[in-house]
Amino acid sequence: MMAAASEAIVRVLSAGPGATLQDAGRHGYLRFGVTAAGPMDALAHATANLAVGNPAGSTALEISVGGIDVTAESGPLRVAVAGGEFTLSLDGRPLPAAAVLNLDEGAALKIRAGRSGSWCYMAVAGRFVVPKVLGSHATHTRTGFGGVDGRALVAGDRLGIERSGSSEQSIGAIVAPWLDRPVNVIRVVLGPQHDYFADDQIAAFLAGPWSVSVKRDRMAYFLEGPRLTHARGYNIVSDGIALGAIQVPGDGRPIVLMADRQSTGGYPKIATIIGPDLGRLAQARPGTTFRFESVSIAQAVAARREEAALLARGIAVEPLVRAHFTSEFLLGLNLIDGVVASTPSDDVPAANTTESDPVEHRT
Amino acid sequence: MKIDPDRVPAVTAPRFLDAGEAALVVQFGDSVDPAINDRVLALDAVLRADPPVGTCEFVPTYRSLMIHYDPLEIDRDTLVSIVGRAMGGVAEGRGAAATWTLPCCYDPALAEDLDEAAQILGLTRDQAVALHANATYRIYMCGFTPGQAYLGGVPDALAISRRPAPRPPHAAGAVLIGGGLCVVAPFAMPTGWYVIGRTPERLYAAERKDAFLIQAGDVLRFDPIDLATFRDLERRAARGEIVARKSAA
Repeated sequence: MMAAASEAIVRVLSAGPGATLQDAGRHGYLRFGVTAAGPMDALAHATANLAVGNPAGSTALEISVGGIDVTAESGPLRVAVAGGEFTLSLDGRPLPAAAVLNLDEGAALKIRAGRSGSWCYMAVAGRFVVPKVLGSHATHTRTGFGGVDGRALVAGDRLGIERSGSSEQSIGAIVAPWLDRPVNVIRVVLGPQHDYFADDQIAAFLAGPWSVSVKRDRMAYFLEGPRLTHARGYNIVSDGIALGAIQVPGDGRPIVLMADRQSTGGYPKIATIIGPDLGRLAQARPGTTFRFESVSIAQAVAARREEAALLARGIAVEPLVRAHFTSEFLLGLNLIDGVVASTPSDDVPAANTTESDPVEHRT
Repeated sequence: MKIDPDRVPAVTAPRFLDAGEAALVVQFGDSVDPAINDRVLALDAVLRADPPVGTCEFVPTYRSLMIHYDPLEIDRDTLVSIVGRAMGGVAEGRGAAATWTLPCCYDPALAEDLDEAAQILGLTRDQAVALHANATYRIYMCGFTPGQAYLGGVPDALAISRRPAPRPPHAAGAVLIGGGLCVVAPFAMPTGWYVIGRTPERLYAAERKDAFLIQAGDVLRFDPIDLATFRDLERRAARGEIVARKSAA
């Protein structure tokens, strides 16, 4: 990436599959067949951005369970990470799963899948200096739109940042209890084609139990559970697809259409997951079981309002001092087993996370 | 998808269907029909001319308009009543559509599935090409990938079922038939349809002033070209030239 004009750079040391740049999405072009993309978990994406003083929909890195290692070049960066319960370390020192930190030049921030969750977000105070496609940085790899050359991030990528915000030096834990969301019940609004299913099939759909299949990506999550049957066939004349639509193809296995969904499609859509619960489902790992609950539009909107109110109150950050890390404290932050087994040393050399070291999961 | 040209137009009273709390579907029927599509495009035009506060995007498809909205800015019932009033103001016509003549090469070197499709349809290659190139098409909607156009007006003799399983990705610019419809596909994708030609025109070009060349409601014809012409037009299109011809309807 060209980054000459910007003040600092995020350099990717190594990246697992599925790390992309995402802003709030490429909106306004669905009518031409352009997928919006955007974050899989918009609430976590917003939380990370707000924690570094960015507007909620700013461009951030979306990281999958494949993880990522990054460093800063040409100056320090103020960084926040939030999302699923990932395992973070800065130059070998463990951090809370949701944290704000200063990434100094040459320091290595390592983000790995942790105890739960499928996606996390790394926001950087400031603005990414990366070309936009149709006004957005959102990466859609299937059409090669956005991000870095329309693809997932790989080792060696350098992302320019026009920095902004505070010059605080502290590390802090993001206090965002709303990111700890159970997945046992996912709320839906029935329709637009629930009339393609008999009442007993609607009941079976709601009761489940469903589990998230291993077959899932940014476009769609396949569900395993009861086979649903259609009352009036399964080929409809293609129509629009909303975010979170649950389509039921001929084999009766529901598919939830996620951020990278196609704009239109031709299977009956039995229900649509409400906005606030879609990120919750996106974070669920394969095998997670849940059921659906049918809610009214008014209930769905109330849930959206609650979520907006949470974010409007601002993000609290609890300062941490490296030297004061203790096992008890880290346990309190729900760090992954193993990390908390030993008290982290202040003197862990950075060598194990620098570029010269063997990369564990190069794509 | 079965299309019966002799069927009485199946425009129904509009139905308002919820696709979650942030998208409303206004449905005018459940078949592929120019009269239904006209209603969709007319409502789309009226709403886009003066978008209600809180609406985000309008997505016209064959038989319905999907309205994406922010439910914290406009509530569902208010939106329904605004749309209802807007429909009262929809004129019979929806403004002049553009007519496009799109160069299309049917050489088997690019039309990978032409012979296979012709054989299934009981036609010779030349008959299939003549049928396809002599028809006039309506662009019902765009979708699936950027700039991809879904065309109705395929002659019955070319109404071929989709493949039972998808074939490997076709090239960008592929012209495909399947399920009684025709598609022009600007992005390489696996497909269950049959590739019977390829256009050198780019229906989507990021750097062009009008990134998207055509839109729903436009009329389209194909102009057969040979392989040498295709290569020439392809080079010109790559330099940013629009090689399709546009005329008022």
